[in-house]
Amino acid sequence: MERILKCHSGIGEAVEGEALVADDNFSARYDLDRITGVFSRPSHALAGQSYKDKILVFNTAKGGVASAWMLHEMRSRGIAPKAILFNAANTILVQGAALAGLAMCDRFEDGDVTKLIKTGDLVSVDPQAGRVVVKRQDSSIEAGG
Amino acid sequence: MRLNAQEEAMLAGELGAARKWAIEHQMQVGRMFDADDMVPVSQAHMMADPESLGDAGVELFERFAELPEGERRVAIPMITDPRGVDLTYYDPLGQTEEMASLERRFIAACRALGIMLTDTCINYQTIMPPVLGEHVAYGDTGVVIYCNSVCGARSNFEGGPSALAAGLTGRTPRYGLHLDRHRRATRRYRVRSQPDGLTGWGVLGAVIGRKAGSYWEIPVIEGLESVPASDEIKHMGAAMASYGSTPLFHIVGITPECQSLSDVGGDDLRSEQITQADIDALRQPFGGKGEKVDVVVFAAPQLSLVEMQQVADHCRGKSAHKDTALIVCTSPSVYADAARMGFNEAIEAFGGKVLQGTCFYQQYAREIGEANGWKRLLSNSTKIVNILGGYGYAPSLAPMEDCVASAIKGEVV
Repeated sequence: MERILKCHSGIGEAVEGEALVADDNFSARYDLDRITGVFSRPSHALAGQSYKDKILVFNTAKGGVASAWMLHEMRSRGIAPKAILFNAANTILVQGAALAGLAMCDRFEDGDVTKLIKTGDLVSVDPQAGRVVVKRQDSSIEAGG
Repeated sequence: MRLNAQEEAMLAGELGAARKWAIEHQMQVGRMFDADDMVPVSQAHMMADPESLGDAGVELFERFAELPEGERRVAIPMITDPRGVDLTYYDPLGQTEEMASLERRFIAACRALGIMLTDTCINYQTIMPPVLGEHVAYGDTGVVIYCNSVCGARSNFEGGPSALAAGLTGRTPRYGLHLDRHRRATRRYRVRSQPDGLTGWGVLGAVIGRKAGSYWEIPVIEGLESVPASDEIKHMGAAMASYGSTPLFHIVGITPECQSLSDVGGDDLRSEQITQADIDALRQPFGGKGEKVDVVVFAAPQLSLVEMQQVADHCRGKSAHKDTALIVCTSPSVYADAARMGFNEAIEAFGGKVLQGTCFYQQYAREIGEANGWKRLLSNSTKIVNILGGYGYAPSLAPMEDCVASAIKGEVV
């Protein structure tokens, strides 16, 4: 099954990948071990999981300004997510995505993106068009768009 | 986005490659936030420590530093947030030559760009506080929330790349906190438990930040029975920004844009209570009473001269436990004053170390923790205990006096 989600136009080029979703917030400084590429903050919903080449889906961004440089640094070493989707991004993550050339979108028309996409879904993100296509193997997803 | 003639010239590359990069970056960000145009800014403040920059970030600066003088110089006064390495004291901390070398390369590139290396996150206490209504481009969430809330200046959280872009163009996209409509209150809190001391104000800020929970929520706070001192509201704001990504708060009758609740549209909002139970819940994970403490840290934000005197007074004539380190981070300008006044001497005679121009969590906190075998960390900063959980530490929170007493005893008192 396939579902098309509309969002505000975002940052970066179109990408495709597997979703890793949490009803939680995100900071590259607070939450990640950027050397090994896993979520390291014990209280984070994705603690212990690898984010490399994933399409990350969160509620919002939190914390400090360092994430703006970190996305660029992570990408230069090839240990980075392919895209990050938010209900609401903050300025830092958008600025960081712009520097890194990382795909980022937010403000989804159909509601809470952490509910619309599930971990394991195959997701295509087209930031310029403000369009995300979600493909899921099981048939629980509603057709629409 | 509407661009004026000068901005068009930057975009066309007529003012050099750095300004072209900068305005292109700003247009991408501006488009995402639906900015109509650019707003001139008077100052830029950039967070850029080598741990977050990495090689890739430093190379960006070095590319710009090679441009001709007229193309590489920033267009407005531009200052820096704390560095990641105190070049006068890094080997004893377990920081490597590679880290110091990245730092030296970055500093050389900044000098070529005309960036002033103030290395501070308390520029509003030490360098040049902005004025009510002044548009600025500040990095460091603690700097932004203080300057927006306490000074009434106008800044978004400008991450390093965007602060650099603002320095090069002298402007920033007009969105978010530059606009009146995003400065109005969206959440209303009534404080039922009065904060006490730096840590008490920090915890209150953290509770409100966690409840508000988004860059786009602006708290207005009622029920405070005293006017906080600069250091108290500094800790409050830094913690609120750390827990909530909050860029601005109003306190009725205290902060300049909110003489009455209606000034920020707060009278229409439902009031939420901040109770002792909220305060206790926030503090609960940061206990550790009776446990061995490896390192006591005073930082985040860097200490003002007044805080340096307070730490020195607690330390004077006493000694730290042989197995407990004490680290104090302040700006280079405060460091020089504190040296003149004997504060650094008192802290170092106790067995502590005063670092200049760094802040503990921005200086490879994971690596120095591992190098020194530090696990249990104690601080009076609600911001730093929030951050360092992700860096492999077990953080505890206590007032300054108790932190020093714990350093003496070698365990959390």
